[in-house]
Amino acid sequence: MKELIIIAIGSAIVNNVVLSQFLGLCPFLGVSKKVNTAAGMGGAVIFVLTLASLVTSIIYKFILYPKYDYLQTIVFILVIAALVQFVEMFLKKAMPPLYNALGVYLPLITTNCAVLGVALKNVQNNYSILSGVVNGLATAVGFTIAIVIMAGIREKIEYNNIPSAFRGSAIVLVTAGLMAIAFFGFSGVI
Amino acid sequence: MNKCTERIYNGIVKENPTFILMLGMCPTLAVTTSAINGLGMGLSTTVVLVMSNMLISVLRNIIPDKVRVPAFIVVVASFVTIVQFLVQGFIPSLYDSLGIYIPLIVVNCIILGRAESYASKNSVVPSIFDGIGMGLGFTVGLTCIGIVREILGAGQIFGAQVLPLAENGGFGYTPITIFVLAPGAFFVLACLVAIMNVVRAKAEKKGKPLPAAQGCLAGDCASCGQSSMCTGKVNAASEKKENA
Repeated sequence: MKELIIIAIGSAIVNNVVLSQFLGLCPFLGVSKKVNTAAGMGGAVIFVLTLASLVTSIIYKFILYPKYDYLQTIVFILVIAALVQFVEMFLKKAMPPLYNALGVYLPLITTNCAVLGVALKNVQNNYSILSGVVNGLATAVGFTIAIVIMAGIREKIEYNNIPSAFRGSAIVLVTAGLMAIAFFGFSGVI
Repeated sequence: MNKCTERIYNGIVKENPTFILMLGMCPTLAVTTSAINGLGMGLSTTVVLVMSNMLISVLRNIIPDKVRVPAFIVVVASFVTIVQFLVQGFIPSLYDSLGIYIPLIVVNCIILGRAESYASKNSVVPSIFDGIGMGLGFTVGLTCIGIVREILGAGQIFGAQVLPLAENGGFGYTPITIFVLAPGAFFVLACLVAIMNVVRAKAEKKGKPLPAAQGCLAGDCASCGQSSMCTGKVNAASEKKENA
């Protein structure tokens, strides 16, 4: 139990997926203009990352390990791509309200490097299936925290007078850098 | 200029993936803590890019149009696995410092982007040179950013001390350690984007506009290898309209 809590805090806050590992930067920069859409994206990432780390952990433990270890990159990326498409179709058919809330964000996640990154990290750190799922969930929660804060700041930035060279993505990157410094403060937690 | 040298010039200067097109930002930020890491990552990506461009160009008439993206991903992932084992076997120190970012070359948008926009439409030899040009352009970009971060953050270039450090209260350079840490990556990239914004505006005034940025920094899906089967871009487009 203690180990799981350490994994959860470590991946959600201390080693935040966007701000210290630079995974999932595209949606972080692209879908963070409004708090609502950012929260929707966060929800979709939580859903997909948890599911993907469960599925990839199971596949790795029972099929790939130890004989076909070297196939992990190929298998993981295909499984993740297929899984996201499948989840999208399933939600559309079975749970329309959830699909309306998350549906549009799901395809954006397919090639999100955070999903593949978490799957590979679970293998690298030799996590059990349960630890892997906790790691996936915590990473996604960390992503959601970061993107929602970023969206809140960006809504305020709109009203400021920014030097013309820094307008657009440059000021967003400066903001992300300052957020990364703030998140550095957590590094003593574990 | 013949077609092959034109492709190399195009990749390194005219459409440099780091400076002009702003593609592949994940590895750009993550591995440029030192010049040597940037160089190693750039060269690994180049090898994958050249090999995958070559194979995809050879197979371009065999792969059915509907499943081309998954087919490209399998090709790219295979070469990434090969490169990963080569680096692990021959340059273990580089493998340790790049870690998880080597297998993540698979999702680097430069590679799928080139496969989709160039290799799947052109014959083998130009595709190979396109891969070499784009790969070297990416390598140059990563190495330059790595050099800047290494000088500011440690006073070194390629591990050699170029700025004498201030020790025991003497006169010298005090390293700004934050530049080799995560926040420094964001600041350096922000300055790069700002500089490019100025350069771009000047070039436009002269009547010679630079090619538009394509990656996620432009908030555009066009360059993404998945864009053909992605339905999320509808949302991105509507958000753009709302903000305009």
